[in-house]
Amino acid sequence: MAAPRAGTGCGHWFSILALGVTLLKCLLIPTYHSTDFEVHRNWLAITHSLPISQWYYEATSEWTLDYPPFFAWFEYVLSHVAKYFDQEMLNIHNLNYCSSRTLLFQRFSVIVTDALFVYAVHECCKCIDGKKASKELTEKPKFILSVLLLWNCGLLIVDHIHFQYNGFLFGLMLLSIARLFQKRHMEGAVLFAILLHFKHIYLYVAPAYGIYLLRSYCFTASKPDGAVRWNSFSFIRLISLALIVFLVSALSLGPFLVLNQLPQVFSRLFPFKRGLCHAYWAPNFWALYNALDKVLSVIGLELKLLDPTEIPRASMTSGLVQQFEHTVLPSVTPLTTLICTMTAILPSVFCLWFKPQGPRGFLRCLVLCALSSFMFGWHVHEKAILLAILPMSILSVDKASDASIFLVLTTTGHYSLFPLLFTAPELPIKIFLMLLFTIYSISSLKTLFRKEKPLFNWMETFYLLGLVPMEVCCEFVFPFTSWKLTYPFIPLLLTSVYCAVGITYAWFRLYVSVLTGCLVGKTKKQ
Amino acid sequence: MFGDYEAQRHWQEITFNLPIKQWYFNSSDNNLQYWGLDYPPLTAYHSLLCAYVAKFINPDWIALHTSRGYESREHKLFMRTTVLIADLLIYIPAVVLYCYCLKETSTKKKIGSALCILLYPGLILIDYGHFQYNSVSLGFALWGVLGVSCDWDLLGSLAFCLALNYKQMELYHSLPFFCFLLGKCFKKGLKGKGFGLLIKAACTVVASFLLCWLPFFTEREQALQVLRRLFPVDRGLFEDKVANIWCSFSVFLKIKDILPRHIQLAISFCFTFLSLLPACIKLTLQPSSKVFRFTLASCALSFFLFSFQVHEKSILLVSLPVCLVLNEIPLMSTWFLLVSTFSMLPLLLKDELLMPSIVTVVAFCTACTTFFPIFEKTSEEELQLRPFAISVRKCFPRFTFLPRIIHYLFFSSVITMVLLTILTVTLDPPEKLPDLFSVLVCFVSCMNFLFFLVYFNIIIMWESKNGRNRKKIK
Repeated sequence: MAAPRAGTGCGHWFSILALGVTLLKCLLIPTYHSTDFEVHRNWLAITHSLPISQWYYEATSEWTLDYPPFFAWFEYVLSHVAKYFDQEMLNIHNLNYCSSRTLLFQRFSVIVTDALFVYAVHECCKCIDGKKASKELTEKPKFILSVLLLWNCGLLIVDHIHFQYNGFLFGLMLLSIARLFQKRHMEGAVLFAILLHFKHIYLYVAPAYGIYLLRSYCFTASKPDGAVRWNSFSFIRLISLALIVFLVSALSLGPFLVLNQLPQVFSRLFPFKRGLCHAYWAPNFWALYNALDKVLSVIGLELKLLDPTEIPRASMTSGLVQQFEHTVLPSVTPLTTLICTMTAILPSVFCLWFKPQGPRGFLRCLVLCALSSFMFGWHVHEKAILLAILPMSILSVDKASDASIFLVLTTTGHYSLFPLLFTAPELPIKIFLMLLFTIYSISSLKTLFRKEKPLFNWMETFYLLGLVPMEVCCEFVFPFTSWKLTYPFIPLLLTSVYCAVGITYAWFRLYVSVLTGCLVGKTKKQ
Repeated sequence: MFGDYEAQRHWQEITFNLPIKQWYFNSSDNNLQYWGLDYPPLTAYHSLLCAYVAKFINPDWIALHTSRGYESREHKLFMRTTVLIADLLIYIPAVVLYCYCLKETSTKKKIGSALCILLYPGLILIDYGHFQYNSVSLGFALWGVLGVSCDWDLLGSLAFCLALNYKQMELYHSLPFFCFLLGKCFKKGLKGKGFGLLIKAACTVVASFLLCWLPFFTEREQALQVLRRLFPVDRGLFEDKVANIWCSFSVFLKIKDILPRHIQLAISFCFTFLSLLPACIKLTLQPSSKVFRFTLASCALSFFLFSFQVHEKSILLVSLPVCLVLNEIPLMSTWFLLVSTFSMLPLLLKDELLMPSIVTVVAFCTACTTFFPIFEKTSEEELQLRPFAISVRKCFPRFTFLPRIIHYLFFSSVITMVLLTILTVTLDPPEKLPDLFSVLVCFVSCMNFLFFLVYFNIIIMWESKNGRNRKKIK
């Protein structure tokens, strides 16, 4: 029973928010779960039943272990709790085993590990200063940030319906960011190193961490105009950072180095045999590229500029993830995407080096790294957009311009997650969660920044409102038309391209704001 | 075998495929033993409307005879959406408007009240978990309460008649409505405006009934058959385990077996009316909005405890008026609403709704403790028991320990409920007493309900005319 509270519970608002979202997560237990559920069950079985030397070689199931060793150890620990729920799920030959106890255990494990995420959000809220704070609780930046992070609908959809363990991983990342804000750089570095060995997707944002720690921690002071003071370089700090990273990596990869399995581990972690795009195109630059290619090929066929026999048969959205050739535009290789990503990241990293603006500058760079890798990466999952959305929330409660970019990014990003849940019963759930989050985020940020200019211009308002007819067409009208049989991929294609426009726009605007901030400082100095 | 979900689907099938004259009659196409229609005509019209939508999406869902037991994911989504739409159109606007019209409360308290009422676990679990359309009849009843409290008597009467024509259980609320309107007529003077109001209200009621029952008034047999389906007097005093007096009493003495049917009916009739008479008389003499709402609660509770053929879901009819007084007696209302949800525990467990029950109950408790100072203000004044305590102190001057008693009772009740829930979920009942836990749940709930019956009646009877301690809606 709820403990007696003083007054009307104003002092305990954070606990109430956390409790509320936990109750919501409990209600989501029986919803649809994707193949990721079987993936994690399989990993529980592998880590529990087999010795370490077999972990990265086991291939009974198609869902082989492709996360770094720390995550494997995490599954190992979980499996020792799992055996009290249902021993059968730990048998590697029980493919697609899904008893009610297994489901309960797996879902509860996600909910319980989210405690780290809740703690990290609490720490992040401490880093927000309440300069603009009004007396009304619901208008305080801390309150708004807590809701934006704890009740983030994308995280709820991906973690608690689709099934993944992003909660505690993002908790680690947000905690490391909070530690950097609190000037506890070593802890931040350790946490990030640990995070990298849990899920290597966070390599996308490693440049931001590396450059920031180098510039703002190893160089203990800057010149008054912000330039590097070369003689303030602290060798000790650099060595201690390197030592930390080395120790964590040794702990993680050490056993596999001893067993001579490192190449196998890396081949599992970085499978480049997959295609440029997923079956459903993540809404990034390559989605627009593919769409342009398709449009040009259709036009070319119509105008008889192309020979129909030369066009490859396979369609990118037919669910296969093999290598694919473009018809009109040049084909894209993994190396191309790497070069594009590096080129996209470099300006923001340079800004971080030449004009460090403290932890906020670092956070901006981090978001830009995440977004740029999302835009140009190889075989990007649409879920990776959360990597940019969650840190951006911290920036959004601070400045109005950041808030407006955040709203465009988050609304479009969350909408692009809809195709993950394609079953009928989840339709009202995902619409309800999205509406709840979108309406709250827009109204609260508008209230917070009501004294400044409006957050959206007419173009952005139009674009965001256009999501509604898009959803109605794709999920309510399209299934009843005849096109469902002949062109089944059209809703996916439309969603992908429409969201790609929004995300590209947000990326572009954020880049412009970072670059102008950097260059303005430079010209002022001169 | 299937339950209320299949019953509602079947009614869509019947109302769509058969002509009106056959809806309530036994025929080769319409087997009344298989979930026959046993609600008034408005439910039938609602089912017909849903059936038209179902036909548009997938005619297989309501095909005559062949769609029995039909269950698919899309169909489930469709049925649940019909409940949601009915909720959004009727119940939720009524709650929001009611909280908006509350006087002498801050905006924050209004929003808090609305949230707590909407989070009431019982209605959510029964409507969305078990599957029923209680929100329609309760919503209409709430519009009725709103109407007569704000002096829009005719609209209120119309709304309540619609509620009554949707589910006949709303008769539990009919007496207070009648007494309240009668009291208003008396107050305005029977020779002047009062008489006019009486005539107008009567005409509204008759007109709304005529409108709903029009197709059934063509033949006498039609109307009689509908009435027979609505009030199955051949069934016994109670069915299954329900938290009312007769079921609890039968633990000690099996009345069902001892007394003949007509004596059972007579006893239940007497007890019901004796227990609700004082409150109704008081309401007629002193028709205020506050007495009206408390009388709604106590009358419905009297019916629930003493009437015949009561289902455990009928407790929702008592919960609605108690939700309406959440603002005035937060502790007691929250307590009652928790007991009412607990009393339906066997039904919820049968439907495998344990997790949603726990989640909604915890959410409800959190919301109530956040928005209302439940544990702080428990003085006599806050519990609306001041006038009663003053009267008692005239005879026993030392009677100052009422709040403490209430506190102890509250905590012991909650602890008992939690313990019983844990026992029912984790343990199996002994072989000789397979219904042990259900009976215990019913018995404990019944004792709680008796206490609340006494409590509501005390508040009503000691309600003074000057209204020194009153918070009015009007």
